[in-house]
Amino acid sequence: MADLLSLSAVEARAALDAGEVSAPELTGAYLAAIEETGALNNYVAVTADKAMEMAEASQARIKAGEAGLIEGIPVGVKDLFCTAGVASTACSKILEGFTPTYESTVTANLWREGGVMLGKINCDEFAMGSANETSAFGPAVNPWQAADGADLVPGGSSGGSASAVAARSALLATGTDTGGSIRQPAAFCGVVGMKPTYGRCSRWGIVAFASSLDQAGPFSRTVADNALMMQAMASHDLKDSTSADTPLPDLMAALDKGVKGMKIGVPSEYVMDGMDSEVVALWEKGQAWLRDAGAELVEISLPHTKYALPAYYIIAPAEASSNLARYDGVRYGLRVEADSLDDMYGETRAAGFGDEVQRRIMIGTYVLSAGYYDAYYLKAQKVRRLIKQDFDTAYETVDAILTPATPTAAFPVGRKVDDPVTNFLNDVFTVPANLAGLPGMAVPAGLNADGLPLGLQILGRPFDEATLYSIGRVIEDAAAFDAVPSRRAGGAS
Amino acid sequence: MSNLVEGRTGEWEVVIGLEVHAQVSTSAKLFSGAPTAFGADPNANVSLVDAAMPGMLPVINQECVRQAIRTGLGLNAEINLFSVFDRKNYFYADLPQGYQISQYKQPIVGEGTLRLDMPDGTTRDIGIERLHLEQDAGKSMHDQHPSKSYIDLNRTGVALMEIVSKPDMRSAAEAAAYVKKLRSILRYLGTCDGNMEEGSLRADVNVSVRRPGDEFGTRTETKNLNSMRFIQQAIDYEVARQIEIIEDGGEIDQETRLFDTGTGTTRAMRSKEDAHDYRYFPDPDLLPLVIDQSEVDELSAGLPELPDAIRDRLTSEYGLSAYDAAVITEERETAAFYEAASAGRDRKLVANWMTVELFGALNKSGESLGACKVSPEALGGLVGLIEDGTISGKIAKDVFADMFETGKDAATIVEEKGLKQVSDSGAIEAMIDEVIAANGDKVEEYRGGKDKLFGFFVGQVMKASKGQANPGMVNQLLRAKLDG
Repeated sequence: MADLLSLSAVEARAALDAGEVSAPELTGAYLAAIEETGALNNYVAVTADKAMEMAEASQARIKAGEAGLIEGIPVGVKDLFCTAGVASTACSKILEGFTPTYESTVTANLWREGGVMLGKINCDEFAMGSANETSAFGPAVNPWQAADGADLVPGGSSGGSASAVAARSALLATGTDTGGSIRQPAAFCGVVGMKPTYGRCSRWGIVAFASSLDQAGPFSRTVADNALMMQAMASHDLKDSTSADTPLPDLMAALDKGVKGMKIGVPSEYVMDGMDSEVVALWEKGQAWLRDAGAELVEISLPHTKYALPAYYIIAPAEASSNLARYDGVRYGLRVEADSLDDMYGETRAAGFGDEVQRRIMIGTYVLSAGYYDAYYLKAQKVRRLIKQDFDTAYETVDAILTPATPTAAFPVGRKVDDPVTNFLNDVFTVPANLAGLPGMAVPAGLNADGLPLGLQILGRPFDEATLYSIGRVIEDAAAFDAVPSRRAGGAS
Repeated sequence: MSNLVEGRTGEWEVVIGLEVHAQVSTSAKLFSGAPTAFGADPNANVSLVDAAMPGMLPVINQECVRQAIRTGLGLNAEINLFSVFDRKNYFYADLPQGYQISQYKQPIVGEGTLRLDMPDGTTRDIGIERLHLEQDAGKSMHDQHPSKSYIDLNRTGVALMEIVSKPDMRSAAEAAAYVKKLRSILRYLGTCDGNMEEGSLRADVNVSVRRPGDEFGTRTETKNLNSMRFIQQAIDYEVARQIEIIEDGGEIDQETRLFDTGTGTTRAMRSKEDAHDYRYFPDPDLLPLVIDQSEVDELSAGLPELPDAIRDRLTSEYGLSAYDAAVITEERETAAFYEAASAGRDRKLVANWMTVELFGALNKSGESLGACKVSPEALGGLVGLIEDGTISGKIAKDVFADMFETGKDAATIVEEKGLKQVSDSGAIEAMIDEVIAANGDKVEEYRGGKDKLFGFFVGQVMKASKGQANPGMVNQLLRAKLDG
């Protein structure tokens, strides 16, 4: 095996089962890649010893013919997931050194299916951000560089996950998506990212940002790998009251189904001012690919789309302001001693939370306050219902919806960090799916004139991830996206 | 209105509403599997969820839901098939999540009624506004260390039912009667043990005063009263305080007050400026609570007979006095004891023996009915012996004392001690003859018209029989002999 890092997870699984490569060899290659790509700041903790132990155990299971779905496959874990015995900080200073005694349901599922944990991956603090620039560990960087060589953001909040998969320092990685935190970085980094239906993956053991929107999902380089990982991580979990008791269809079988006879919607409201013309062109290209593959493209209307972003930026901070109240310096994490309990709270939280997190806690506290609740929170919930109705109506006539994943390609590190509202706009295409609880997938579909990846987004009916994988595979085949990030073009491919 | 309070400037009507927090009887907490046992070491009953560790999620304990439904049914209340859990946000060291999960706008139980049994035998209905489920907070201890507070999270997340009355009570005595009746119903239902010393039942009292016929006055809320006595003291103090303020030309501040158990007074807990904005909103970690009507029907069918129904039966079918019926039905165990003891016996006689002799003895010894050596069957047996003339009521009291002491049944004691009543006319006549022979002078006096001496002869014969002679027969035979 000349280049282990070029194997997809599906290919690696076959090679492992065939004895062409061993799990420790594969893991060793990825641990080396993590070192090589250290400048990208994707990992906040590398669990090399644990990884090798798990790889050895995988190897034994492979030999015994007891391989799980992702047996021996190296996986990076977004730092938002609690991992037993490994520091889990949500990339926040307030959780510095916090080491849980418990394992999140999603990661436990992955390890049960044979995944090998490489380490904890950088993300925006408490998953709040669209550029991975709010992390207490500093920004993660995109392996794709600007034409002038400037560092680009990998997107966020799961920026490190997307970057690591693109940079071949993780074969698979977990992410979470509250308003686009999987799909937007996947598009920015040229990888496949899936936000499943709300309730598909358990939220138990994942540090909460906005409970009614948060969903975990997989990052991979190929659509097939994504389906494989999705199959390993989803489960009905009695420890999460919002977990759905809906069996996951056979996603691997959906991969080769094609789109013949499918009706795919193109929402007219997703054409926006200030949208990159190359993004529009790619979107049209995507429509043509699907039409060529036998699908019928239908223009649809999602009339409340423009209210999605404002509603999201009320609901998400409202829930966050309450979810983050537990980080108070009393029981775990950072504590700044002070003379009174109230002062201890104030000083601990001022020192522990970064600016973006503090901003959202304040917004959330404000919109839930007496006298403002009806005007903001309640109205936002009404908008949320209307957005859900838009989709329900659309899905009476179409099987899925095709949109761009992001309005632009990745932007330079540090560029927009002082303008939070502009940063919020990154989520304009992705947020509606979170508000409606729908599955959404970002698939890399091409490069722009600067050689940066652009992605398309496919949205589906609740619990119909299978159709997204069928469509995603068609786009993947048509796009034949095989570009390697500029920072890894030398040796890694 | 006999409840009016006389002030310096005229009469005042007192208006009281109660919020009772009743700990749900279950082995596990409301949203975590942690145990609820009282008296555990500090922080022994704490799960990851209770400690609000990152990523932990609440899962509703269905038994708590069933207990709330049972309680709602016991209060003749509307059960809401759709209800919502909300977060009540505030920071405190013994509130790990930074919010309490409660029910705000859509509680599980709506309006109901509770019947008060008044001392004069009449009844009065008190409205129930709502009942909702919520989490208890932990305990902060400020007296364990000179500069630090200690936190015990054992109570954190324990299920409480907050039962809110309408402002229908008009005196401290009525408020106490309400809590007593509510406690009784909860204990019948088995939904709360009602143990006020252990904090299983606490009350917040809302008190205001007004001129009869006026609109409601401004109320104060005195928090966390954990005994009947404190409830009455706090109300009495608040009533006097409020009347004095108003009569002095002042106004009542709507505020939360704390009760000082040492002085029996209340004081403001926090000023209005510090008033919390709890930022209630639906808990996104929990789906709305949806209950099936069939489950309500099933729980309804499984409810025990409640005190009001038993009380009505005891007065209408058994002919007991309202007082006896109220005393007997206050506790489920007592009512069950009575039913078992009085089955097939003279119901009123058994009630009398229970409320006077049995309760008197229990009171004196400090024992509970559960620990009492006298079984219901044994008490019934004793009454049976009275009914069939085997022993007199007077002897029965001695027999009862023995039963209470030893746990033996009445028949055995009567047998062993030879206390059986003498109803053999020959034996009684012989005793009468002896008494007449020994008191010739008294016989002369009696026969000469001193009728009152009859009682003397009865006493002498009973004495001769060691109290065992059948008093009715003694009367009859003696009169025949003397009047001969």
